[in-house]
Amino acid sequence: MTVTDTQRQPARTGGQPVLEASGVTMRFGGLLAVNNVNLTVREGEIVGLIGPNGAGKTTFFNCLTGLYKPTGGQVRFAGTPRKAPKATRKQADDPEAVRVEPLGALTPLPPKPRAVVRAGMARTFQNIRLFANMTALENVMVGRYCRTSSGALTSVLRGPKFRREEAATRARAQELLDFVGLSKSTEHLARNMPYGDQRRLEIARALATDPKLILLDEPTAGMNPQETRQASDLIFKIRDSGLSVVVIEHDMRFIFNLCDRVLCLVRGEALVEGTPHEVQSDPRVIEAYIGTGEEDDEDEVQDAHVQDTTVADEEGRS
Amino acid sequence: MTDVKTPPAEPETAAEPQGKPLAWPLGLAGVVLVIAGSFLSWSYDGQILGDLSINFYPGGLQILAIILALIALVLLLAEKGPLTKLGAWLDVTAGLRALGLTLTLYMLLVLVAISADSDGLINVNPGGYISFAGAALILVSAWLLPLRQLRDMSEARLPAWFEILSIAVLMAAVLFVAAYALGLEDAWSFILCLVFIAAVAAVLFRTGALSWVGHVAQRNRKVLTLSAFLVAFLFPFTQGGSDANMSIATQVLVFAATAMGLNIVVGLAGLLDLGYIAFLGSGAYVAATMSTSAFATIGWKPPFLVVMLIGAGVAATLGLIIGTPTLRVSGDYLAIVTLGFGEIFRFSMFNLDGNNGPNLTNGPNGVPGIPDLEIGGFNFGDVHTVAGIELGRFSNYYFLLLILTAFVILVFSRLNNSRIGRGWVAIREDEKAAEAMGVSTFGLKLLAFAVGAFLAGLAGTIKAHQDGAVSPDQYIFLESAFLLAAIVLGGMGTIAGVLLGATILKLLPEKLRFFSEYRLLLFGLLLVLMMRFRPEGLVASRRRQLEFHEEDEALAVEVEEERLAVEEAK
Repeated sequence: MTVTDTQRQPARTGGQPVLEASGVTMRFGGLLAVNNVNLTVREGEIVGLIGPNGAGKTTFFNCLTGLYKPTGGQVRFAGTPRKAPKATRKQADDPEAVRVEPLGALTPLPPKPRAVVRAGMARTFQNIRLFANMTALENVMVGRYCRTSSGALTSVLRGPKFRREEAATRARAQELLDFVGLSKSTEHLARNMPYGDQRRLEIARALATDPKLILLDEPTAGMNPQETRQASDLIFKIRDSGLSVVVIEHDMRFIFNLCDRVLCLVRGEALVEGTPHEVQSDPRVIEAYIGTGEEDDEDEVQDAHVQDTTVADEEGRS
Repeated sequence: MTDVKTPPAEPETAAEPQGKPLAWPLGLAGVVLVIAGSFLSWSYDGQILGDLSINFYPGGLQILAIILALIALVLLLAEKGPLTKLGAWLDVTAGLRALGLTLTLYMLLVLVAISADSDGLINVNPGGYISFAGAALILVSAWLLPLRQLRDMSEARLPAWFEILSIAVLMAAVLFVAAYALGLEDAWSFILCLVFIAAVAAVLFRTGALSWVGHVAQRNRKVLTLSAFLVAFLFPFTQGGSDANMSIATQVLVFAATAMGLNIVVGLAGLLDLGYIAFLGSGAYVAATMSTSAFATIGWKPPFLVVMLIGAGVAATLGLIIGTPTLRVSGDYLAIVTLGFGEIFRFSMFNLDGNNGPNLTNGPNGVPGIPDLEIGGFNFGDVHTVAGIELGRFSNYYFLLLILTAFVILVFSRLNNSRIGRGWVAIREDEKAAEAMGVSTFGLKLLAFAVGAFLAGLAGTIKAHQDGAVSPDQYIFLESAFLLAAIVLGGMGTIAGVLLGATILKLLPEKLRFFSEYRLLLFGLLLVLMMRFRPEGLVASRRRQLEFHEEDEALAVEVEEERLAVEEAK
């Protein structure tokens, strides 16, 4: 744990809001999966999203990224979707250039995955959804799709623009693979990679879209403690490069060490939002996870193993 | 299949399992018998199968038998004898078994053919029996020989000039065999020649030589492509001015070019299109109605290059029109909708005859009498003489279609290796994830439809002139099914595979006319067998091979190692 603790920096509270979701509601027929949830994510912030299984965390993610069209509420995102190809090229050449550009005013996001990605919000999936029969490099290169523009005609003619863009795409993809620590697996097929590497590849693919905000859906599910530590190092690294992160997780120790702010969802509703310390000592959260008032010892809650089993119990019950 | 996957075992030393001691001399005796028998007369009747009746003067089919026997000799010597070095790399026994089986089948078919063509087995001369016995001996000896451990083929390195030389030899052999097989007049000879080709292919495949060829091809891709086109270019010169085979060859090329276009839609983007022939048809109809035929219905007669572009443009537009509403459904539903579209096209062509709408197509009569192409004073109907060899009408079209095919292949491979191609494959792999990564799934699918239709339209404009007539019943559903079958048979998403599949599917029905109504039955059987034993197609794209053999981890690892090796080689 010490590794992550040393890297821990105070939250940048003064940052501009990147994402503002207000009153997001998602209803499937009679089921109210997400009910009137508000979430604001600021620049350079890591926000945790916790809650028992079936609380609507992933549904909320899908609403944010446009996979679902929310029944109610609005999602607003910083800046306008970038269109200028000139800017795109600059980003391709200089990966750091993206992060310093000032964020514009918040504008409503249309519930379309492509528009969301173009605006700068990328995501990973709870059950890994890589392009299994493509290599790691190709997977990340697909992520560059929305930031490149060579069309069918240029691809066939192989003009200088195509070659430049292709080289830049390849270089950027390789750089991102290095960033997440997969430099050695460039030519491996995604399906053959170990589980932890697949998770990291998915993060690299999401980063390839040059996001301002990245949504991670259970990035450490099924990982051992060492891999979990590597994952949190990686998330800090992503945050330090200037991105905001929203992460869904069940591993409480992981999330309380990582996040600047935590939002707890229960049965589709926002139960409590605050700093990790506030949330983990909130009796309602403990009740939602463990049951009524027995084990409100803080150390117990902090112990990941105990927490894992209690979460498992919770799953079993519900 | 499993014994071709060479395990990474060390070359066998003392631990080599010994087979029956008789096996090896038995095989040698078989080889001698086959060769000796082939020098004797096989048939009493000199009129059949290209004359096999003269002693000590082997006919064509006898020479094929001798070649197979010589291959068996090489394999036997690699098993035990001066060529054992070769034997460490090649799976000799498996190859010999395949060879013994096919050679016995070959000789059996020879006996059947002789007794079918003249009257009964009485017409078989002793030479035929001797060769048959020899083939059987080779078969028996091969099953008595032990199977062996091999070294990994991808480690095999030979001098670069040798690799290029072997590509050249392979290509020359392909050209020679193609010319020879197409020159055979009677069906039995052709079938026997096919068995011969199958025997050689089986030996190459079973010994693992084919995987070596694969590695070589990967290392010398440019040489391979160029030499393949050179062979295709030289083919008309082997025909000595005869148009019979060139007519088939042009049909094969039209079919292949169209299949390559469909390969973009099916193989890359993963969209099942069962009405693709309509795009070929629309190109053909545009060319026909704008031609100088007396039955053409459009007064404007632009030069052919313009017609080509218009035809392709019309096809692409149709692709967009049909694609926009239908690409919202996927899988089986898309297949059904496109199937319907193919039929709509055909019926529209039937009905645009002036009674039910404008007279564009002359209805069921179609547009006959389309004149030959004339580009820049070069008339495609004339016979030309190049280097003393006559090139007839079909040879002219053949060259034009060769250029078209090259263009289609170029478009396919370049799109495949680009942002667009990656997007297509991503959509095929996981559409939701692709969408979430910002890939415009709908736009790319539409693009695949339009590009595929465009290429088919191009082919259609040439086809109209080459056929000389266009009518609705050329563009039936069966043709779409055949195109799709060519892709499935050859290997989805590959270039070589689809060309091979198209050639097989177009060539065999033409040469096997005497089977008439059984052709479709045989073809169906072939497809069923393919789906059972090699679902990824004859030439598998490595990616596809993985998709069809999900559980085969060894293959996955092997593919990966190969990729890494290729990367290193670069």
